[in-house]
Amino acid sequence: MATVTDVKVRTGRRSELGLLGLAVAIAVLARGLVDYHADFLELDELAFYAAGWTVVALAIHLAIRRWAPFADPVLVPAVLGLNGIGLAMIRRMDFAYASRGRETDFGGVQTVWTLLGIALALLVILLLRDYRLLRRFTYTAGVLGIIGLLLPLVPGLGTEINGARIWISVFGRSLQPAEFAKIAFVVFFAGYLVTNRDTLALAGPKVLGMRFPRPRDMGPLALVWAAAMLVQIYERDLGTSLLLFGIFVAMLYVATERLSWVLVGLGMFGFGAVLAGTLFSHVAVRYTAWLHALDAEVYRSGTSEQLVRGLFGMASGGLFGTGLGEGRPDLVPYAESDFIVASIGEELGLTGLMAILTLYVIIVQRAMRTAIGTRHGFGKLLAAGLGFAIALQVFIVVGGVTRVIPLTGLTTPFLAYGGSSMLANWIIVGLLLRLSDQARRPEEVTA
Amino acid sequence: MSQLSITLLRLGFLVLLWALVLSAIAVLRADLYGTRVTARGRGRESRREEARAEKTASPSRAATGIRTGSISTREPSAGHLAVTSGPLKGTTIPLGAAPVLVGRASTCTLVIDDDYCSAKHCRIYLEGERWMVEDLGSTNGTYLGNQRVTDPVPFRSGDVVRIGATSLELRG
Repeated sequence: MATVTDVKVRTGRRSELGLLGLAVAIAVLARGLVDYHADFLELDELAFYAAGWTVVALAIHLAIRRWAPFADPVLVPAVLGLNGIGLAMIRRMDFAYASRGRETDFGGVQTVWTLLGIALALLVILLLRDYRLLRRFTYTAGVLGIIGLLLPLVPGLGTEINGARIWISVFGRSLQPAEFAKIAFVVFFAGYLVTNRDTLALAGPKVLGMRFPRPRDMGPLALVWAAAMLVQIYERDLGTSLLLFGIFVAMLYVATERLSWVLVGLGMFGFGAVLAGTLFSHVAVRYTAWLHALDAEVYRSGTSEQLVRGLFGMASGGLFGTGLGEGRPDLVPYAESDFIVASIGEELGLTGLMAILTLYVIIVQRAMRTAIGTRHGFGKLLAAGLGFAIALQVFIVVGGVTRVIPLTGLTTPFLAYGGSSMLANWIIVGLLLRLSDQARRPEEVTA
Repeated sequence: MSQLSITLLRLGFLVLLWALVLSAIAVLRADLYGTRVTARGRGRESRREEARAEKTASPSRAATGIRTGSISTREPSAGHLAVTSGPLKGTTIPLGAAPVLVGRASTCTLVIDDDYCSAKHCRIYLEGERWMVEDLGSTNGTYLGNQRVTDPVPFRSGDVVRIGATSLELRG
């Protein structure tokens, strides 16, 4: 026998305010250190920056109090802290590039993207009062996701940068539609799986104590697998294909509780990856650069140069780092976007990098906790899917930079330079806020 | 700035970063929501303590999941429902105007952990001045005296309703 009682819900809005204060302090101190070491420190400007962050943090806080009063208190401070460090780091790269005669304004552009992203997140909680509305758009979201993935292939619209065809140019800016397609796919998977989970979970032959799905139920899995492989082949975007397929398999597992799906999925991806490695040279090059990164020949051919420089950077950072603005992260190509993790590892050391990874863990944990707390199957899958989206993305990037898996081009959420990623991830934060608000809201007592 | 203060600021930044991480975790520790399940043994002990504190046995408040404010024992129709046998023996539930749902599901007012009890087993509710008992399609049935309950039947003071190994008596 067990007795079940309701626990009084703490909204945690005051804790959130305190944590936001810490996040703002981190962002401002980071910028102060960066400016100081670039001999650029002006206290007036720093005070203006601090005031700006305070206003933004307060605006988010008040908006959440007004429109999502039961939303998770830890989510926004963690994200804002990451974002602040990212902005400081990108500004630091601007200074580093400027000292070598390359004028860039990544920091300024990224600040604008951040503000836009925050505005979008608030717009999500303002306009989407009930996440269950999204279920109506299950198949619309699926179609939008596929269109988003295919857009870069449209001649005239899509642009190819560094061998990957994943950008489209809109209004003179390049956007990565795959970042937004990711969210659309999560909505589609959640809606699809909540309807079909029973067929996928219960029917099929049993092998080795595990129930395997029937071939005819494998349709959607095969379809997503094919889509992921096509993206990998035609757009040369390994990261996105890995991300999408990973999200789908993770959500299948959450929906059905069947380990067999994970095994089938991993097997299919492994097969696809090996096949791609033997058929396509650009994939094979990635594998060689990963497995034999430190070979003199491979390094000299240039394929593993970026990876190895990043590793050396992190090694020189050691346990406590060289200090913000005191290292040489600019020796690594793309130190402000793909390799920002290596830059942070160099300047903040293992201690700082672990703190940042823990912040990601907290964000993902909150998504999973929201999934557990939500009473609605669609909401559970949506929250878990969004959590997995962030978790997998961090794993793919950090795993690539630290040579755990082959290096693929994906952005580190909230840290790396990149507009689409910033906007898309803030939209995810908005959705998670709305979901957690509804999960934590005490149920009306109608007994 | 001196080299010392630079080093201090550098390490201070790492400290600040971990302060954010650790205080976020501290907030999470206090962040419980949903329902809390108390194991039977512990529940019974605290029940005894509570029973000692106030003469009317009172785990019911905790078990009802309804806020104390919504149940007033001073209402005219007030009585209470006593569990006279089964795992919850000794429990009483003060009756207000709200219906009492009995079953194995955690959302029920009275949660009975018994294999012969269905998730939502029966409902005891007030109709006008009388209490009624209604079976909610349970597998093993609800018995009023020796009669199996199908349609709602009046539940008078002193009657005994039997659900699996549990007997409920209306008192007051």
